[in-house]
Amino acid sequence: MSGKGNDLGPATVNRVMGIETEYGITVPGHPTMNAMVTSTHVVNAYAMAVSQHARRKARWDYDEESPLRDARGFDMTRAEADPSQLTDEDLGLANVILTNGARLYVDHAHPEYSSPEVLSPRDAVLWDRAGVLIMEQAAQLASAGTGLPIHLYKNNTDNKGASYGTHENYLMRRTTPFADIVRHLTPFFVTRQVITGSGRLGIGQEGREMRFQLSQRADFFEVEVGLETTLKRPIINTRDEPHADPERYRRLHVIVGDANLSDVATLLKTGMTSLLLGMTEDGFLQSSDMALQDPVKSMHKVSHDLTLREGLEMRDGRTITALDLQYEYLRLARKYVEERGGADAETQEVLLLWETTLDDLVSDPTRCADRLDWVAKLQLMEGSMSRHGLDWSSHRLQAIDLQYSDVRSDRGLARRLESMGKLRRLHDDSAVLAAVTDPPRNTRAYFRGECMRRFPNEVAAASWDSVVFDLAGEESLLRVPTMEPTRGTAEHVASVFEASATAADLVRALSTS
Amino acid sequence: MAQREHADKRVTRDSESETDVEQTGSATTTESRSDLDADVDAILDEIDDVLEENAEDFVKSFVQKGGQ
Repeated sequence: MSGKGNDLGPATVNRVMGIETEYGITVPGHPTMNAMVTSTHVVNAYAMAVSQHARRKARWDYDEESPLRDARGFDMTRAEADPSQLTDEDLGLANVILTNGARLYVDHAHPEYSSPEVLSPRDAVLWDRAGVLIMEQAAQLASAGTGLPIHLYKNNTDNKGASYGTHENYLMRRTTPFADIVRHLTPFFVTRQVITGSGRLGIGQEGREMRFQLSQRADFFEVEVGLETTLKRPIINTRDEPHADPERYRRLHVIVGDANLSDVATLLKTGMTSLLLGMTEDGFLQSSDMALQDPVKSMHKVSHDLTLREGLEMRDGRTITALDLQYEYLRLARKYVEERGGADAETQEVLLLWETTLDDLVSDPTRCADRLDWVAKLQLMEGSMSRHGLDWSSHRLQAIDLQYSDVRSDRGLARRLESMGKLRRLHDDSAVLAAVTDPPRNTRAYFRGECMRRFPNEVAAASWDSVVFDLAGEESLLRVPTMEPTRGTAEHVASVFEASATAADLVRALSTS
Repeated sequence: MAQREHADKRVTRDSESETDVEQTGSATTTESRSDLDADVDAILDEIDDVLEENAEDFVKSFVQKGGQ
């Protein structure tokens, strides 16, 4: 126990975070279409639509990216790396930096939306949802432009062996030993699926057996710790690319998560995880040991167990269910809050939802159909089975699995459930619509987004940690580093923007302030 | 090279994000079993309307390249 106590201030789920999602893509009736090409159509169609009056297209600035750096302290050489890991090679693929601070681009034959950096789980939900709307519009525009029916899905597998990711990113203190993160987060990630799973019909990477499981992603995890994201996927990913001052920060790149359609599931996923990271950073979990004997096997087991009652073998010889392990983390989180002298409102909300949801999962999981994706999806499938006399091998049920994640508001089953009031929402339509164009005001995404909105013709490139200007009359490009994610906020720079009629004014003001 | 320098202020959370917290935590619905069945029925009516017509073709042609 740290005993650092109240001087740290109230416990909080707030920290710099973001969610990046690769969307599934199909063109019905055109099975031979190259997905990299159709994904490029999607991104470019949106880029064209939002930058009609801009004369130039800002490229991604790769200067600070180092995807082959490993948190354990060594670098992979390029020769050792699989070509699919070389994301910093500018392949000429479509890429657009949006006025909301997000990045929309093509990654591994999927259109991907990387949300802007936000400071809270509620904002993570909001800008993640904005991504769904952006993808819906982008697919419409691309379909209209190409004459092809291009459809997008916020899911993680085709049930035929392929998986694509929904990654969470959390900024952490550099001083936190990586071994602590591995130790405390592994059992948490293995068991949080009971809440965060999006549900999947099919067991095994290729869906060899038609049974329902909690998670889209679980079966694609093969090792405990590692750098890879596309093969031999690890429960704890070691990519060490903070997009911020590496002396102060690390970015925990979480690749075990499912793409969630439910707002509450996303809120809990990011909120619970952020709180656990805070407890790890503060050394609060030092005396607790919840290590599992075989985390990878346990991960598959939890996902395959619809009774939620099967025991997992712990390294100390005990056996524990996933729900009880989650209750243990919740108990520790409450104790942590007590020791910190309380928690802010958003943290209280997450704790209450966490507890209510675990209680409902114990007593009657169908109570969670209003907030957990796997429960909502399972309910649709079971209802459909009894109504139409189907069994698990029915294509109709597999279609429900896929169409649950269709981004279209009139076709996506999760979106239909929301409009019927059956799936709870945390943000109304107008808030989501605003987040499509507006950046969060309390991170550096504000600076990036405002630069894109005000000066699209002068921004030559941008990235998480920079905006590069090409100013008339200047010999070289001017790179404005944005290495500190909590600067460049509205509080810091809104007045500078207001006082700058041109990009040159802005750069001058920033240089002298 | 343009560099920005700012006072290292702590960022405070937006006040608007605190206002709507209360209503969500306690809003658990408790429905009886028959209400629930009626609900599921209504949902299924709607789902049956929008579900892809040829489920088998739709499922078989949903083939993705691997990603991250």
